[in-house]
Amino acid sequence: MNDRVAKLRQQSMDAIPGISTERAELMTAFYKTDRTASIPVKRALAFRYILENKEIVIQDGELIVGERGPVPKAVYTYPEICSHTQLDLEILDTREKIPFAVSEEARAVYRKEVEPYWQGRTMRELIFTHMTKEWKDAYEAGIFTEFMEQRAPGHTVLDDKIYRRGFVDFIDDIEKSLKSLDYLNDPSAYNKQGELTAMKICAESIITFANRYSQKARELSKQESDAQRKAELQKIADVCAHVPAYAPRDLWEAIQSYWFVHLGVIIELNPWDALSPGRLDQHLYPFYKKGTEEGTLTDEGTRELLQCFWIKFNNHPAPPKVGVTAAESGTYTDFANINTGGLKPDGSDGVNDVTYIILDVIDEMRLLQPSTNIQLSKKNPDAFIKRAGRIIRKGWGQPSVFNADMIVKELLTQGKSVVDARNGGASGCVETGAFGKESYILTGYFNLVKVLEITLHNGIDPRTGKVIGLPTGEPREFRSFAELFEAYKKQLTHFIDIKMRGNNVIERLYAQYLPVPFLSVVIDDCIKNGTDYNNGGARYNTNYIQGVGIGSLTDSMAAINYHVFEHKTLTMDDLLADLENNFEGNEKIRQLLLNKTPKYGNDDDYADEFLKLVYDAYYQSVNGRPNTKGGVYRINLLPTTCHVYFGTVVGATPDGRRRGEPLSEGMSPVQGADKKGPTAVIKSAGKIDQVLTGGTLLNQKFTPKILEGEEGINNLSHLVRAYFKLDGHHIQFNVVDKETLLAAQAEPEKYAGLIVRVAGYSDYFNDLSKALQDEIIARTEHQSF
Amino acid sequence: MIWDSKCIGCDDCLQACPNHVTTDMGDEGQHAQRCKACGMCVAVCHSGAREMAGRLVTVSEVMKDIEKDIIFYDESGGGVTFSGGEPFMQPDFLEHLLMSCRQKYIHTAVDTSGYTCTETLLRISKLTDLFLYDLKIMDEDRHVKYTGVSNALILKNVKELAKYHGDIHIRFPLIPGVNNDSDNVARIGEFTALLPSVSQIHIIPYQHMGVDKYYRLQKKYRLEKTCQPDSEEVEAVAQTLKGYGLTVKIGG
Repeated sequence: MNDRVAKLRQQSMDAIPGISTERAELMTAFYKTDRTASIPVKRALAFRYILENKEIVIQDGELIVGERGPVPKAVYTYPEICSHTQLDLEILDTREKIPFAVSEEARAVYRKEVEPYWQGRTMRELIFTHMTKEWKDAYEAGIFTEFMEQRAPGHTVLDDKIYRRGFVDFIDDIEKSLKSLDYLNDPSAYNKQGELTAMKICAESIITFANRYSQKARELSKQESDAQRKAELQKIADVCAHVPAYAPRDLWEAIQSYWFVHLGVIIELNPWDALSPGRLDQHLYPFYKKGTEEGTLTDEGTRELLQCFWIKFNNHPAPPKVGVTAAESGTYTDFANINTGGLKPDGSDGVNDVTYIILDVIDEMRLLQPSTNIQLSKKNPDAFIKRAGRIIRKGWGQPSVFNADMIVKELLTQGKSVVDARNGGASGCVETGAFGKESYILTGYFNLVKVLEITLHNGIDPRTGKVIGLPTGEPREFRSFAELFEAYKKQLTHFIDIKMRGNNVIERLYAQYLPVPFLSVVIDDCIKNGTDYNNGGARYNTNYIQGVGIGSLTDSMAAINYHVFEHKTLTMDDLLADLENNFEGNEKIRQLLLNKTPKYGNDDDYADEFLKLVYDAYYQSVNGRPNTKGGVYRINLLPTTCHVYFGTVVGATPDGRRRGEPLSEGMSPVQGADKKGPTAVIKSAGKIDQVLTGGTLLNQKFTPKILEGEEGINNLSHLVRAYFKLDGHHIQFNVVDKETLLAAQAEPEKYAGLIVRVAGYSDYFNDLSKALQDEIIARTEHQSF
Repeated sequence: MIWDSKCIGCDDCLQACPNHVTTDMGDEGQHAQRCKACGMCVAVCHSGAREMAGRLVTVSEVMKDIEKDIIFYDESGGGVTFSGGEPFMQPDFLEHLLMSCRQKYIHTAVDTSGYTCTETLLRISKLTDLFLYDLKIMDEDRHVKYTGVSNALILKNVKELAKYHGDIHIRFPLIPGVNNDSDNVARIGEFTALLPSVSQIHIIPYQHMGVDKYYRLQKKYRLEKTCQPDSEEVEAVAQTLKGYGLTVKIGG
């Protein structure tokens, strides 16, 4: 990287994450003035007010400009969703892991302005007053988490529309849509008018915002004495005057246009996973091709612009949460994810020159954010996976690898058009979506193992003694595994019903009180439908419930069947007593469960049949049920870091896991249970019909040695291709010695830069909780293929 | 086999043993004499600290395991390797397995010391796609000293095999202090260069992976003090062998 990039990168790495009250102040000031307007219009006017009044920053040396806060890593708060208390701010400022600096001034602003106004007006409070006792009991027991109590519906990815058209064109579309409203026959015409008016205000506001950057750059250029920088600032001024109002004319404008849209989305509200550009190599290739053919763009120039773009992502940590969810998922990563490779809309190989430049950028930048992935199709050349493999083996967890053909199949299975499917991809951790056209909302993690514990206690949560499940029978009286499994399925459906009921209410609350007119402008077909993104305006609307602990559940079910019902090595009574006692005084039984029991992840049909069984039960209880936006619920299998939190609420389990230990993560086997190498893991994982999900996550840990040389890369490539032949959705790799991780735990200061793959994202090892560090260390380390 | 680190000290194995074998790992003789490999200790050991080394299997059982990995053979162009121990210790079983693999179009390799009856070797060679053939020491006396047998049959076999079989890789385990002297390396090179159908020679640098296994088997490991050859030495040997016009690969 050149000096400019090196300096900006270092600045970004050194910047200390902190809280900026700018947005909270502006929002509060805006909402204090009484305005008669519909909620969407009011939201749009608030958005405009912020963009007109927020500070404009252009840092020295920057080519791509725009920050959410007044300085890099100054993070906004969103008091209309949840308002931080003084105690929250104190915790954020002082906690050991993932702190955010909170100044005295910021606390005072919160004390005097923000807290007094928003208390009693937040979405979080609204949600909790609407949730039933059953919901709260299950939530507190750790059966599920709720995504929307602190952040807005998100996981949104853009398609290519902002590279082909500008916001003046979108305003045109909005006006056409407004004109075609049928007030005589469409009872929602007036509501649509409000939504569309709000979208129009937002579209105009983003142009205003970009113009403010243009003016700022123009002013700076006048004061600048360095000739080169002066020219750069003039160019920035020209770029920002043109995009996002008009379609970009070159690569620089294309990247800058995306970045303004990105800022708009994360300033408007705080959606999960921020926003992602999606298939970046596909989007940028036409500009690259044009620029290089005209001789106005070099590979070096392309690289530099992309590197400046990368730094922008890294400047934006995820806004911090309050209360319990801070424990569920503690990371600075905001899960923006960049896709390379895959297929073109006509189904042909999508790998191009920009793909390889992006891979170079990933390799060189080595930043936590953005997350990156490759979408590998059988049509992509081996050179593509091998180039990625050479980055993967450096051990910092990027890029992850997705099966492009499988993503298309998943989307087609969900009823999407073939072109929308080929233009789709994976975002966040592993979530499949039709980019630019789908609202695919993760609604919460679901603790599959806790439901077994409750089944084994006839509806009672043994941790609290509360009855939270159904009376499905005394487990000691079950005469067969089938009876136990029937009981499990009843409990599962019971809790899924509770979760969905809650989801469907929360979805309405967002639709009604927190529409996102700006985001709606860039997602098809919100303009056409005159309907907000949060109210079903998108072409496709899908809700996910993310199953956690399927490996632990599979092994527990297999153990019960094997020892209690089939071989009768244990009675149910003995087993339950041992679980109750956390195996204390009976280590032998724990060892029996650990070592003399079939386990998922070893290509052993006995255990893997239970995987299929529990997977099917979960699928049946969720898939296809309606949400409130005209779409349906689906499942996926990913945990982020929730397998650690969920583990803390589950007692000892029949797979030999002790009380409080983490559950298995994603669809990976239980940590340490896979003993026959990575090929056996892949065979096992390939036994479920993953096309029915919207994403599964498989983690593999390798020692660096086995990926050495050309042969190591070839083997990695064969392993990935074989898993994808088995219709695997995703695989990612940690390439680090156990010794290194243990050493880093002992002397963190010496390993400040050590990045590891967690689950669907990478993070600094030092920033992880001790429990999560231990969990990663415990994952099976494959020493050979 | 015993895995020390897995033992939780419950002593169930000692009580289960009909021959009163103790866990004294040092006493090779005592263990070898008394242990009849009956497996009683393994059956009662929940922690997996005791494991049977080897088990009786049928051809169809082995084939089931082999077929599990067909997708990986297809992807990588690989296949199954029969090694050991020494696969020619069970030539009929080997032959049946090779036949079954051929029926399924699975690529086969046989990894052998070559110390077997010539006729058997040639018979089995017809079913084998690739031979991995060990050459350790060219000097007769030293070969006897370190392996316990003469190398005459081994050298004769490989010459015969090379007449009839088209794909042989010679494998040369490089063990410092045993066979890494320049004379032996030169003779290996010379000899291999004259074999008509040998496409590659693989240098297998000595490593310590066997130490733990011998310990677990409660056997004395005799090369404990032998160091692993450094990469410069391995590279030098590779250069020497290349001098004989051979394609040399390190590891494999």
